[in-house]
Amino acid sequence: MAGIFVLVGHIEGQVGKPSLELLTLARRLGTPIAVCSGSAPEALGQYGAERVHVIESEDIGAHPIGWVQALAELAADTPPDAVLTEATPHGREIAARLAVRLGGGVLTDAVDVQPGPDGPVVTQWAFAAGFTVTARVARGVPIIAVKPNAVVPTPAPVEPAVTRARLVPDEASLRTRVVSRSVRESTGRPGLTEADIVVSGGRGLAGPENFALIENLADALGGAVGASRAAVDAGWYPHTHQVGQTGVAVSPQLYLAVGISGAIQHRAGMQTSKTIVAINKDGEAPIFDLADYGVVGDLFQVVPRLLDEIARRRA
Amino acid sequence: MKIVVCVKYVPDPASQPRFTAGHTVDRENVPGRLSELDEYAVEQALRVVDAAPDTHVTHLTVGPPQAAEALRRALAMGGHAAVHVSDDALAGSDASATALVLAAALRRLTPDLVLCAMASTDGGTALVPAMLAEHLELPQLTFATEVSVDAGTVRVRREAVQATEELAAELPALVSVTDRIGDPRYPSFKGIMAAKKKSLQTWTLADLGVPADQVGAGAARTVVDEITARPPRAAGTAVQDDGEGAWHLAEFLATKKFI
Ligand SMILES: Cc1cc2nc3c(=O)[nH]c(=O)nc-3n(C[C@H](O)[C@H](O)[C@H](O)COP(=O)(O)OP(=O)(O)OC[C@H]3O[C@@H](n4cnc5c(N)ncnc54)[C@H](O)[C@@H]3O)c2cc1C
Repeated sequence: MAGIFVLVGHIEGQVGKPSLELLTLARRLGTPIAVCSGSAPEALGQYGAERVHVIESEDIGAHPIGWVQALAELAADTPPDAVLTEATPHGREIAARLAVRLGGGVLTDAVDVQPGPDGPVVTQWAFAAGFTVTARVARGVPIIAVKPNAVVPTPAPVEPAVTRARLVPDEASLRTRVVSRSVRESTGRPGLTEADIVVSGGRGLAGPENFALIENLADALGGAVGASRAAVDAGWYPHTHQVGQTGVAVSPQLYLAVGISGAIQHRAGMQTSKTIVAINKDGEAPIFDLADYGVVGDLFQVVPRLLDEIARRRA
Repeated sequence: MKIVVCVKYVPDPASQPRFTAGHTVDRENVPGRLSELDEYAVEQALRVVDAAPDTHVTHLTVGPPQAAEALRRALAMGGHAAVHVSDDALAGSDASATALVLAAALRRLTPDLVLCAMASTDGGTALVPAMLAEHLELPQLTFATEVSVDAGTVRVRREAVQATEELAAELPALVSVTDRIGDPRYPSFKGIMAAKKKSLQTWTLADLGVPADQVGAGAARTVVDEITARPPRAAGTAVQDDGEGAWHLAEFLATKKFI
């Protein structure tokens, strides 16, 4: 069976759930070959990576282009049958540049990947997730950027063969300099794209101090915190939490929209959620058109009572 | 300094998208416009001109005849000239072919700085900026939330998933900007009138030396086999809060096993 390159992200040996999802998908297509930096975490073998290529380089983690070079060098050695990356800005950039370098074809935002007679068959959601698209790469190596939660990661333990290679960045790789990098402190909450539950707040929150309500509700449900662009633009919550067309797209089991009207750009980032709940004082708000359950009311009444009710039921 | 802003003519996001027989986005038979996200890139170019008036800005697009509208709109915001690469052979081009053609046009325009939006509002793949950087061997500084150009160096700030970063590169370079970078100006009446007199050139593939068999549906690296409208989500139950709304919602969440 041919090799499927899987670009794996890990922080000091902790492999991200999206990477385990990629390995799980790769097993459908062929032999998973994990490519990562620093060390070879055990989880890679547990999720079926038959080979692990560890790239040794000081700062490869931060910038996409080093990865492009590393993957291109590996591909020159043994051409893969497909390459899988995460559909993050980082993963897309790698996919895009690699496609040009290898003469491959690239598909982004895959929500499913299945083997097919003419190579991997990729399912995508397009136009604010209003359409389902089935696509494939007709020419060159298929390079596929996959969205989180495309598959439930399942273990399939193997003993991987680990190889290490030192990356000597070429001149092109060094031309973009990382002048500074301040890593954001972890909130202790699940990551927005990986969370099973997302609670988002919008302009209806009326001020940054009220986001505590959203955080408390997220914590009570074990979820992540999201925000509309209006709330982010007002400076009430960090942009990294923005859900929508120019923020992140989420697809959790439960999406709870609080004080959010449901503009098309917001819907683009959440309407594939399994269950949608809205709390909004305007019964005509478009968010109710897609909500499985809605409460028409003042969030400042409803959310505190909901928190009490959750606490009461748990007690 | 020379800046080229790459812009795209897209279906109006408010209208229902349509598709061609070959499953590509129909841009010819639906109302279209300059992609809203491109306006942020145009704005940044114009801010450079405001600060350094000897800067020359060209807007560049690859697209069907109607795409000239997007260029007129960009010119109405500001800038000096526009180039429209238009050719029947381009119909059905994918991101790879579009990037190939844009790159060929950029080689001719020899900009110091290429500005792009973070993504288009239709395909939204965010692939083209990185593909251009690869074709042109330019340093890429993407998803900028702040950009400044000074003495041959471009600096950007970006909010990556795990970190806030500052990147820098010597010109020539390619920068893509997000919608956090500053609101685009609205074209003034004067701007709209002035745009009618600005140079808008149309180039063909032959002008660029790009063989027709490298673009279009026939050369697409990616093919769409099927597009189906997703069934619209049905609106569920909505309760009016009379003091019991939270209780009803908790019931709903409990039956769904979220609490
Ligand atoms: C190019 C482009 C990209 C964009 N990208 C995004 C994106 O990624 N994400 C995004 O979210 N938006 C995006 N937008 C913006 C989008 O169009 C909307 O402006 C935005 O989503 C509105 O946010 P909101 O729902 O919080 O605010 P509003 O639309 O103002 O809605 C606030 C809601 O709160 C309700 N409310 C007020 N007070 C209360 C209360 N006390 N109790 C209960 N309900 C209350 C109101 O009834 C109203 O429905 C984009 C726009 C453009 C042009």
